[in-house]
Amino acid sequence: MTSHDHDHDHSHLTETEARVRALESLLSAKGYIDSAAVDRIIQTYETKIGPRNGAHVVAKSWVEPEFEAWLRRDASAAIHSLGYHSRQGEHIEAVFNADDVHHLVVCTLCSCYPWSVLGLPPTWYKSPPFRSRAVIDPRGVLAEFGLTLAPTTRVEVHDSTAEIRYLVIPQRPEGTEGLTMDQLAELVTRNAMIGTGLARAPQVAS
Amino acid sequence: MNGGADLGGMMGFGPVAPEADEPLFHAPWEARALGMVVALGACGQWNIDAARSAREDMHPGDYTRTPYYAIWLKAAKRLMVEKEMLTEAEIAQGVPLIAATPIKRRLAAEDVDAMLSAGGPADRPEQGEPAFAVGDQVRTINDHPTTHTRMARYARDKVGTITKVHGFHVFPDSNAQGQGEDPQWLYQVAFSARTLWGAQGREGDSVTLDLWEPYLRTVL
Repeated sequence: MTSHDHDHDHSHLTETEARVRALESLLSAKGYIDSAAVDRIIQTYETKIGPRNGAHVVAKSWVEPEFEAWLRRDASAAIHSLGYHSRQGEHIEAVFNADDVHHLVVCTLCSCYPWSVLGLPPTWYKSPPFRSRAVIDPRGVLAEFGLTLAPTTRVEVHDSTAEIRYLVIPQRPEGTEGLTMDQLAELVTRNAMIGTGLARAPQVAS
Repeated sequence: MNGGADLGGMMGFGPVAPEADEPLFHAPWEARALGMVVALGACGQWNIDAARSAREDMHPGDYTRTPYYAIWLKAAKRLMVEKEMLTEAEIAQGVPLIAATPIKRRLAAEDVDAMLSAGGPADRPEQGEPAFAVGDQVRTINDHPTTHTRMARYARDKVGTITKVHGFHVFPDSNAQGQGEDPQWLYQVAFSARTLWGAQGREGDSVTLDLWEPYLRTVL
């Protein structure tokens, strides 16, 4: 990138910042929003609502068969019971990966995503390459995430076209028998719960 | 509408570009945009389907090249102008020029937690019985409304199988236009990749969509 391009990008960003600040001031002046409420919303997604919530759900399903059964039967109720019941998580389906099936979640029409358990979606989830190709070429998309499935594993893609949000329950990695629920949750990545990854293998003690 | 947001199956966008250790926001304005759009939703001047409709109603070339939070802001401004909360002149000058429009509520900081926690469930008291049951074959409608719909183009006029009856949910095609919630039975419908994509689909792979009863017809 040349210095000219850099300057251009920088001034463009500054212009956007200024325009968005001006809009916020205007909306506050007209009494439509309170900037302290905007701060609070941002803080909530920065500190309270994120993929650790979903990782807890997954780890609990790995160690508690009754909870797993509840997730399969009524994921909304099971997840809400853990206190994860905020917006964009009102109605949830949990889909379970197994040796013969791998689930992948997308929203081809916008950016529907289970905020209550995964937080805000990453940019790639909301962008045209993923949204266009996840349904027609899911294996090609998975390969771009470094994930190659066995040919005998079928792929089931879930296009979130309604207010149902999908949470992938990845398979529990091998060699995790002795781990606590908290240790197991550490292995559950955000991408594993979207279906663009797998749960991490535990670190082998050296 | 057959717009730029209806991306399933389109080509030419290149590979997915996951970003290592992606920050939650890439610039401060993205965070403000998220907070403002959520706070504005609480004003009660429009519903989520109207918001989605406003976001997708852009020139397809602009839609596919505009950062997501910028799409949100653009749609919010458009809705506020339509609802007479703001004028274009106010947006341009950044100062109030006309009196504010009465809103249902102004979200206070102390109410944020309760508002986020309550969410906005889309299910409604059930009326009547669902027309379809798990295992039924259905064909999606071949309809191309110029207004908001969630019947994705790539799955229109295709035969699938009902895999779940989700319940009785607000119908976006009506709600987005301010014509009422008109709730309908909502189903999960599975389509084989071969049905959707022909030879490009892999045998055994499938795609599910969540579709409302008015999108579905009986396969005889």
